[in-house]
Amino acid sequence: MSPRTEATRRVVAPIAVGLLVLGAWQFLVSVVGVSDYLLPSPASIAEAFVASWNSIVSATIITGTNALVGLIVGSLLGIALAALAARWKAVDRMSAPVIASLAVVPIVALAPVLNSMFGADSQFGRQAIAALASFVPVFINTLRGFRQTTPVHRELMRAYAATPSQVLRTLTLPTARPFILTGIRIASSLAVISALVAEYFGGPRGGLGSLISTSAASSAYARAWAYVVASIALGLLFYLATLALERLVLRTRTTAGITSTMTTSTSTSTSSTASTSSTVSH
Amino acid sequence: MSAPENAAAPETLSAPAVETVAAVEVAAVDKVFETRGGLVHALEGIDLTVAAGEFVSLIGPSGCGKSTLMRLVADLDAPSAGTITVFGKTPARARLDQEYGIAFQQAGLLPWRTVAANVALPLELHGATSADRKAKVAELLEMVGLADFADRYPDQLSGGMQQRVAIARSLAEQPRLLLMDEPFGALDEMTREKMQSDLVRISAETGAAVVFVTHSIPEAVFLSDRVVVMSPRPGRIREIVPMRFAGAGTAADDAGAAGPGATGGADTAARARRTEGLREDRSFFDMVTAVREALHGAPVAPGARGVETR
Repeated sequence: MSPRTEATRRVVAPIAVGLLVLGAWQFLVSVVGVSDYLLPSPASIAEAFVASWNSIVSATIITGTNALVGLIVGSLLGIALAALAARWKAVDRMSAPVIASLAVVPIVALAPVLNSMFGADSQFGRQAIAALASFVPVFINTLRGFRQTTPVHRELMRAYAATPSQVLRTLTLPTARPFILTGIRIASSLAVISALVAEYFGGPRGGLGSLISTSAASSAYARAWAYVVASIALGLLFYLATLALERLVLRTRTTAGITSTMTTSTSTSTSSTASTSSTVSH
Repeated sequence: MSAPENAAAPETLSAPAVETVAAVEVAAVDKVFETRGGLVHALEGIDLTVAAGEFVSLIGPSGCGKSTLMRLVADLDAPSAGTITVFGKTPARARLDQEYGIAFQQAGLLPWRTVAANVALPLELHGATSADRKAKVAELLEMVGLADFADRYPDQLSGGMQQRVAIARSLAEQPRLLLMDEPFGALDEMTREKMQSDLVRISAETGAAVVFVTHSIPEAVFLSDRVVVMSPRPGRIREIVPMRFAGAGTAADDAGAAGPGATGGADTAARARRTEGLREDRSFFDMVTAVREALHGAPVAPGARGVETR
């Protein structure tokens, strides 16, 4: 089988499965007669999607912005704190229980608290929740990445009398890079979910989460499902964007020292990087 | 490069009062490690002088402290007692001044950097300009025969090629001293012999002193001006065997025996005569036997046994 037909199959197969499921769904609703409030038909959802397109777009932008702000802030915090924890054992010991509790506490449960703290008309609480949710996987993965430097590399840096910031720049960060990116990729989905679910607990209206709950409460089931579809699309967008970032960053390996521009590496080298990155994710 | 130093060397010889400072001086050094099982005496009463431009191998069974000794010289560890100087400085000062280049058993290349960027790493860390780095890296890669591989990544190279990159990197700042901890240990025999010949050539070209840790007798004999034979638990120097080959190196050995004033010029000349032919030479086997006897502490039957050595 040629690679081209295999690629075609990889695209065509899931689409075919999706269409089959949608067909069966439509059949259940319109022919078997499952009532509309239990399960709206795909056609009516699509209809609702088109009808409320404008509000879907603005809601997606509101929720997406919250998730994005949270993801960026949470990732930066996670990387910074992991760097401190990797550098000073004391920071690691102090932060370990906090991180462990953050990892087990359902962060969305903080939403009502944060809403009352920052006022009902502020998006800040949602962004804070998305940031907290993103922080945990980024911190854990980054810290692990910072500990991947090998003794031979560390001793080499010592033999070169490299300063701590040089070690960070030329050894520790590049070593940790695939781990950091994996953390961000995991965090991207969590950021969207948290930003969305946080809207269920009050605060300003207009986001996807609040519109899903309002539509469901007013028995507009098809519209509620249309917002759900938009939420799925938003989550996928975040995931794919971070995946692309990961691929992009890992593909361009440093040629620093000779030319500061990025190398157009050969296809063999890129495929080997891709395989490294896939073994790193867990 | 070190050509001026070499040119100056004969004058130093003729005026013995003005001695060139030794590359490494180790005096009464002990090293004790604290482990859960108690104190481990890794090194005890080590005295050793390596002259500028001299090639010295440290050989001995596992646990004799040969790597530890090299690490002390490199300031990767500190001695428990005694003093070490590197070109008259403390090891820490020498490390900060980048007086030595170092290579380990693992090549230790950074996998996200190209071959050229790996060799450029020490130059980059110490602020060489981009143009200088480029020229220097090209020269070094030419020297180790990897000029065509500058843009490859380490995972695209064989083990021997990676090790050659590591050696090029250790030479990047033209150190007067090279510290090598079993750099060919993980290589197959054929690659290993090739690398040994390369190293002999490179060290002759650069005139650098070399401290070379190995557990292979022929390797030590082929490469060295002197072979330091060590014994384990506690790590001590059992014997220092000067290498004398028929028609080659006698002048250097005499100078070495006379004291730390041995000069790079004489050594490099002797080293340049070490060719593949030496491996077949009668005097080579004699030296192998001499080192073996020093290692085992008893005479080994000559002739037939010597051939088995690898």
